[in-house]
Amino acid sequence: MNKIILVIQREYLSRVKKKSFIVMTILGPILMAALFIVPVFLSQVSDEVKQVVILDETGWFMNKFEDSERFKFNNVFTDLETAKTNLSENKGYALVYIPKPEVSVPSTAMIFSERQVSIDLKGYIRSTMSKEVENQKLGAEIMKEIRKVNPDFDPSNPESSNAGNVVSEEILKNIKTNIILTSIRMGEAGKEEKSFTEVSMGVGMFAGILIYFFIFLFGSQVMRGVIEEKVSRIVEVIVSSVKPFQLMMGKIIGVGLVGLTQFMLWVVLTLVIVTVFQQVMPDKLKKQQTVESFSPGTRIPAGAEAIQSMDNMEDQGSMDKMIEAIQSINYGVMIFSFLFYFLGGYLLYGAMFAAIGAAVDNETDTQQFMMPVTIPLILAIVVSQFVINNPEGPVAFWFSMIPFTSPIVMMVRIPFGVPSWEIALSMSLLVITFVAAVWMAGRIYRTGILMYGKKVSWGELYKWLFYKA
Amino acid sequence: MSYFTARNITKRYAAHLALDNVSIEVPEQSIFGLLGPNGAGKTSLIRIINQITGPDEGEVFIGNEKLAPHHVDKIGYLPEERGLYKKMKVGEQALYLAQLKGLSKSDAQKKLRYWFEKFEIQAWTNKKVEELSKGMQQKIQFIVTIIHEPTLLIFDEPFSGFDPINVNLLKEEILNLKKNGATIIFSTHNMASVEELCDNIALLNKSKKILEGKVKDIKTAYNTNTYAIDFYGYSGSALALLPAGFDLISETQEDDLRQVVVKLPGQASQNELLRAMMPHVYIHSFKEIIPTMNDIFIKTVNESGNFSENI
Repeated sequence: MNKIILVIQREYLSRVKKKSFIVMTILGPILMAALFIVPVFLSQVSDEVKQVVILDETGWFMNKFEDSERFKFNNVFTDLETAKTNLSENKGYALVYIPKPEVSVPSTAMIFSERQVSIDLKGYIRSTMSKEVENQKLGAEIMKEIRKVNPDFDPSNPESSNAGNVVSEEILKNIKTNIILTSIRMGEAGKEEKSFTEVSMGVGMFAGILIYFFIFLFGSQVMRGVIEEKVSRIVEVIVSSVKPFQLMMGKIIGVGLVGLTQFMLWVVLTLVIVTVFQQVMPDKLKKQQTVESFSPGTRIPAGAEAIQSMDNMEDQGSMDKMIEAIQSINYGVMIFSFLFYFLGGYLLYGAMFAAIGAAVDNETDTQQFMMPVTIPLILAIVVSQFVINNPEGPVAFWFSMIPFTSPIVMMVRIPFGVPSWEIALSMSLLVITFVAAVWMAGRIYRTGILMYGKKVSWGELYKWLFYKA
Repeated sequence: MSYFTARNITKRYAAHLALDNVSIEVPEQSIFGLLGPNGAGKTSLIRIINQITGPDEGEVFIGNEKLAPHHVDKIGYLPEERGLYKKMKVGEQALYLAQLKGLSKSDAQKKLRYWFEKFEIQAWTNKKVEELSKGMQQKIQFIVTIIHEPTLLIFDEPFSGFDPINVNLLKEEILNLKKNGATIIFSTHNMASVEELCDNIALLNKSKKILEGKVKDIKTAYNTNTYAIDFYGYSGSALALLPAGFDLISETQEDDLRQVVVKLPGQASQNELLRAMMPHVYIHSFKEIIPTMNDIFIKTVNESGNFSENI
């Protein structure tokens, strides 16, 4: 047991100390951060003023949206259908529809657009709306409070009350308003998709592709490591000290830990870069904040400040808005299953890659064995395109059960919500399969690593499975 | 008292029989030559000793114990197919391999310092293996084989890749190890070094043991009672001089110097041959022709069956 730890240590350290690892670790987050930052940045620098049409059925937000360098707001007073038609005819950028609430204050809005609406616009609309609603609510509350104390209060003469004292914490909490903003893209044929789905798609596909790359990148590192040991002829020295199975598992685990380390570093560094960027250039990334004071005439200094600061706390920039938008995804399940399939898939394929490495004499000979191993992986990615459009269908179901494709396909499905029993079944199948794969790989490995100068066929590999140790 | 015993070992690979009922005994603190043509089964036997594979039948003992996993730390193995991690630093690598043999880190470091100093290669500690010459790599390989002070050492072609100076250094080290109590199994095709180093040998051919014993005894057994005499001053046939029953094997001449090789019959002594020759010739030299291990190897293997197909 001690020896397998030594092997893991060597495999881990020898890779982590490599220049290529350090370069990848630094480059990865820069690229990933760029993925977040550049689109926001680009949308900021575009000089075109975008026309945003406001269809406000409530009438609360008339002239509350202020034109900026990038957006020009126009109010219209038609019905929704006409507004939508006009939008596409006039090449408007987006249509903000604020429906009349059934009973209470406005709390929802929809943005219709042909292209993805920029995050800062969404942020601006949301904050402006919530601020206005909060103002109105606060005004109402204050009137209530004041009337309680001073029934003869004349609103036209605010000086007649001592309003600063009546705004309690409770009121501030009560008036806190969260606006639900749904963005809807109008397709070519007038088909409307909720962006909500797009986010699920994005998250699922991203996770799936990440697992795919992880398996390929680090699986083939396992294979190359095995071939290196064979070619340099060190393997016979090593297996006279440790069992071949220990050597193989040590290598698979060691390389897997390298992968995890790299992944964690990427996540942390990406977050650091994005955060630093946000701090350094807050104007670029934070949505335009409209720090409005309360309408003159209502003198509530303490309350107003409190609301402003609360608002600022909530108001952490456009990135958060995106994250907010994907909050409907169950993150506990998501993260757990990501790590599970990440490791399960890697172990399964890592074992197969190790067996391939043991069966060949050099990297060019790997072709014939690589094919059957890589095909399920590529198939999984191809199938994911269909799964994303129909995450409940039979194709999605079966490919997320087959252990060779499940790490990728299931990850694509999970953001859409998958019944627990399906996840449990898929995970159990994956575990059973990787145990079997590790066992078989161990048998092929132990014969293969000591076999030189022989072109190995599939039949041969099959025979190796049943050799006595 | 034998330190290592293999009893009736049989090992099969699919259709191929690699070892057929092979038994060997290696006395404690001796050097044992494991000989045989390519494909005879030497490597199979060595791998069984190292527990890289297990025998299908038969038993292996170290000391009085049946071979068990914990014995790997008592065995040092220098395989014929050997190498090191090319990208790894010499010091780190030696440390890793020593730790794999069960040494603690500090223990391994201490011993490595001693051996690196002895072989005068301290300067290489922080170099990558790929920067070293083949001979240097071999030295490191040798060090990591013996670093954990194994009681049973297996050297498979230890001298390949060394220059004559380093071969001598290595031979000295091997004899030293033996003196300090190690039991050594030595596999090679270099018969001269077998004669020089080995106390006992076993000869394998086609999965079977065909010869075993002390080197001295084997050589005596293969002695053909043949002598060579170099002489001057006789122009007639040497055959005329020989007593009855003495066989003239060969007769050669180089300038004035002639040589005859004579095989003596049964109990005849070499003095009789000299007595017969002396009155007629000036004897330049006289020596017994002792079969070399090389001769014995070729003769035994050929006799035991078609060797040619194994080459």
